[in-house]
Amino acid sequence: MKNLITRSALQTLAFLLWFTAMATAAPSAASSTGLTNIFAPETTPAKSIFDLSMFVLVITGIIFVVVGTLLVYAIMKFGSTAANASREPAQVYGSTQIELAWTIIPILIVVVLFLATARVIHAVQDAPKPANAVDVTVIGHQFWWEYRYPGFGIVTANELHIPVSDPARPTPTFLKLLSADTDHSFWIPQLGGKTDLIPNHPNSMWMDPHRTGVFLGQCAQYCGTQHAKMLLSVSVDSPEDFDAWIRAQQQPANPDESAAAGRRIFETTACINCHVVRGTAANGRFGPDLTHLMSRATIAAGAAENTTENLRLWIKEPDAIKPGSLMPAMKLSDTDLDAVVHYMETLR
Amino acid sequence: MSSDAMVIQDAQVGQRPWVDTLHEWVTPVDHKRIGILYVLYALTFLVIAGVEAGIMRIQLMYPHNHFVSPQVFNRMFTMHGTTMIFFVAMPILFGFANYLVPLMIGARDMAFPRLNAFSFWLTALGGILLYFSFVGGSGLYGAGNAPDAGWWAYAPLQSRAFSPGSSSDYWTISLLVSGFGSIGTGVNLIATILCMRCPGMRLSRMPLFAWLSLTMSGLLLLAVTPLSAAQIMLLVDRYLGGHFFDTQAGGSATLWMHFFWIFGHPEVYVLVIPAFAFVSEIIPVFSRKPIFGYPVMVAATVCIGFVSMSVWAHHMFTIGMNSYANSFFAITTMAVGIPTGIKIFNWIGTMWGGRIQFKTPMLFCIGFLFQFLIAGLTGIIQAAAPFDWQLSLSYFVVAHFHYVIVGGILFALFGAFYYWYPKVTGRMMSESLGKLHFWLFVLGFHMTFDVMHIPGLLGMPRRIYTYEPGRGWDTLNLIVSIGAFIQGVAVLVFVANLIISYWKGAKAGNDPWDAWTLEWSVSSPPPAYNFASIPRVASRRPLWDLKHPEDPDSRYE
Repeated sequence: MKNLITRSALQTLAFLLWFTAMATAAPSAASSTGLTNIFAPETTPAKSIFDLSMFVLVITGIIFVVVGTLLVYAIMKFGSTAANASREPAQVYGSTQIELAWTIIPILIVVVLFLATARVIHAVQDAPKPANAVDVTVIGHQFWWEYRYPGFGIVTANELHIPVSDPARPTPTFLKLLSADTDHSFWIPQLGGKTDLIPNHPNSMWMDPHRTGVFLGQCAQYCGTQHAKMLLSVSVDSPEDFDAWIRAQQQPANPDESAAAGRRIFETTACINCHVVRGTAANGRFGPDLTHLMSRATIAAGAAENTTENLRLWIKEPDAIKPGSLMPAMKLSDTDLDAVVHYMETLR
Repeated sequence: MSSDAMVIQDAQVGQRPWVDTLHEWVTPVDHKRIGILYVLYALTFLVIAGVEAGIMRIQLMYPHNHFVSPQVFNRMFTMHGTTMIFFVAMPILFGFANYLVPLMIGARDMAFPRLNAFSFWLTALGGILLYFSFVGGSGLYGAGNAPDAGWWAYAPLQSRAFSPGSSSDYWTISLLVSGFGSIGTGVNLIATILCMRCPGMRLSRMPLFAWLSLTMSGLLLLAVTPLSAAQIMLLVDRYLGGHFFDTQAGGSATLWMHFFWIFGHPEVYVLVIPAFAFVSEIIPVFSRKPIFGYPVMVAATVCIGFVSMSVWAHHMFTIGMNSYANSFFAITTMAVGIPTGIKIFNWIGTMWGGRIQFKTPMLFCIGFLFQFLIAGLTGIIQAAAPFDWQLSLSYFVVAHFHYVIVGGILFALFGAFYYWYPKVTGRMMSESLGKLHFWLFVLGFHMTFDVMHIPGLLGMPRRIYTYEPGRGWDTLNLIVSIGAFIQGVAVLVFVANLIISYWKGAKAGNDPWDAWTLEWSVSSPPPAYNFASIPRVASRRPLWDLKHPEDPDSRYE
């Protein structure tokens, strides 16, 4: 009996602690560990979601304390004792007044919660798109992300670049979300809620990050074998950095003659069926655009650092890095492999 | 052989050839035997699906762990979910309803005993088909595999392009077959409850268990039919060139989502309403008071039944519905909280002013109340659609629904086992092993599922076979895994208790808990056909009237 009370009290406390700790302490710790913490919002929609979250957590927290206290009190107060065990307690069948009270109060709470919710739904979903917004089309693939910037004529993969948005003069980014195969979900916890990428069902979302930095996320909707390693990052750049990045990406592939051998191998094998290197014969659409491969920090949708060894391993045996990925092992000889890796490394 | 010849025989009769005994257990039409078959069948799958959960938890103990391959992990979570819902939770609850409803309403059997047996064997075949996929999933040329598209098998991942081979067909056919079994059970329970009540048992005098079973059965009919329809459409897509869900040919992935969740959400209530039913029977007996607000409890249940049919798209807040649809499903979902809250208040009202006996069944019900309160509140949290844009598809959701299913339904079920085991076997379960089971399970449960909320808040998506270090998820996942193994040990204690008590438990007698419903008026185990003469009741608590002729309930109702 005593155990039970202690346990119940502990349960109550523990739950409250976790939620308050998550809600209050988490944002401050965000810069060090919480790279994907939902309570460290950096955009307007993420911030309005965060505010609603706090409101809902406080209301449900109060309900929990009140009902939990009633329950603990009932357990402590009304336990049977040696003295009263032989008699039955008063047989009470109900009370209309009490039933009315605990029907009406929850109804009022629900109305309040709903109004707060509907307001945020409207603010996030129905926000008008300003004329200076940046457009990006995000296409989910098994198991990587394709980004197309129709306004700038560039295509890249996995590491999205968007401009920072000054709250005084917002330059939000509007994402159009498509899928080439199965369902995926685009989720950068600090930049906003997730939205699914569904084939044949275009979606959209927007974000206006208020500070520069790199934000992490990953695919949230199960999409097949390598759903776990469909990572993504968003680099929020200052306007100058963003312009510079755009200009660099608009260049055709670097025609470095030192890598002519590797380029010849690349262009005469199946590589070009899936990959684009702009300005060359490679114009496949199935895999990521490699025109500026070396401008990206990772390969295989964030599964490995973009280093010489990893590139070599990836081309030789993709399953060693990402078992179940759709890139085939190219079965090149060691010299050919070295040449292709060298060619890749010239794609700056 | 006629069915009568079989059911009249008593389980306690002495030496007979084992083939006869086997035959009696394979071909029974007696609701009690079928009930026991359902429960044993479900317990077997509980252990299997528990092992699958264990494999996942070992894999997730450390980031970049290599215990299993991604392919195996994906099969494990698909099989774990499918098995737990369709071949553990549903059959075990059907088993209890089968066993108890006729006894509680004073009937000698279910309305359609043969349909009852047929439904059980359909369900059983479904489970066997699902697990046969491990052998037959790739046909003869492969080493065998199991479905890996997740337990909701979203389009187009379950299409032939992305799920080649037959494993996903085993999944489809298994759910189709067991779905027909569920529909049969639903029809049977409705007919039994509406038509087989003993004299004097008006609808307003039925035990809450019967009312809740009736609601659950109605939901079954409404929920399982769309799922079956969708499975047939999927088969048409896969084998007859249909394009319902084939997005490459203009089909709709979201159509499948709607079909699946219009089944999937009422399904939650198909599972939780029987848990409410157990709690509504156990709490009054161990508080020594009638249920507080019986008519309100009935109304709240039926209300949950109706409202739960209009909330399904809260599973789909992230698929890009417009703001009106999102708002609609937010308010309907929050509205379910009202009747659910009323039920919790009424259970506390029942305990209030009582003389609570802290026996094992009651301990599990108290655990249920706490955990279901939290699960309900995290449900409200996710009903706020924008908050759900963050929480959906993350480990927060996984923690939430395990809080409902383990913390709520499974706790209530354990309570029901300890409460009705004496009736079914004639022996009491060990109280000391029961308490050990309870405290171990409470410890393991909270280690696992309290902690599991946090990685979700820190951005960890569900259904990933491994995760990146340095995101604050590592230690939390280790704690979750350790808790899972404590729960596994607790379940072993429970199974040991079931087995040991069958041989060594104290004799129970007819009415070990001094309870009030009709099943306690007959011997333990109840005789064939339950009642020598059909009882006549005058109130909701016939045995109370019998034990307290000076102060019968019938005077107040």
